[in-house]
Amino acid sequence: MTPDLLLFFSLGAIAVATAVGMLASRNAVYSTLLLVLNFVTVAVMYLALNAAFIAMVQVTVYAGAIMVLFMFVVMLLGGEQLPPTSRMRWQIPLAGVLGLLLAAEALYAIFSLRASPVDRPEVAVDFGSPATVGLYLYQNYLVPVEIASILLLVAMLGAIVLTRVERRQAR
Amino acid sequence: MNVPTEYVLALSAILFVLGVIGVLIRRNALVVFMSVELMLNSANLAFIAFARAYQSLGGQVFVFFTITVAAAEVAVGLALIVAIFRSKHSIDVDQMSSLKG
Repeated sequence: MTPDLLLFFSLGAIAVATAVGMLASRNAVYSTLLLVLNFVTVAVMYLALNAAFIAMVQVTVYAGAIMVLFMFVVMLLGGEQLPPTSRMRWQIPLAGVLGLLLAAEALYAIFSLRASPVDRPEVAVDFGSPATVGLYLYQNYLVPVEIASILLLVAMLGAIVLTRVERRQAR
Repeated sequence: MNVPTEYVLALSAILFVLGVIGVLIRRNALVVFMSVELMLNSANLAFIAFARAYQSLGGQVFVFFTITVAAAEVAVGLALIVAIFRSKHSIDVDQMSSLKG
């Protein structure tokens, strides 16, 4: 086994283990922390797959900002644990069977079709570096960048409006 | 890292299925939401793998936009969960059945 495959399989094992741990953990705080670990592992994999800029965005935006927001809401609502109920117990085995079916279909599709034109592509040294991606982004996708900024503004306003306390009713 | 693209796609599919199972079996709305993030992330991994296989930066740019949309989605989604918690005092998705006929 080459060092590259060894790196890939160890990273993949960590990613799958943290994802399973997130699903199995009864405490939402542990779920959040395991998901952060999962995102950082995937970021390392991006780095190894010649996507340095996306890896840094993944660490700062996903593992940093988004998961801190999640942790904040988990702590704010005190929603760490829900009382166990016996309702809809049949959902869990059914979900497992359906998930296994979906995984089998996806893996069959991936390994039966030729996914890439070349198996071992030779990529340029600066492929996926911040300078290259930035140049490509602003040369070809300027309008989508502006639309994304409007989307973020609307989402910010939406979050403020949704969580605003109605003061008129209190009076 | 010199691994076949199929292996990365297989890992992405496995992570996606784990996210689907999380949405189906968990009752805590926050964990359901985190599973949705896991699914988005696995799709990003597939995009990165294809970007390298086809030597095209388009895949990486698409991941950039996906992360932007995910950030907006998380802001609005968490605001919705906070608003629901305020009115129902629970984030159990089984309790949100007011629209059931």
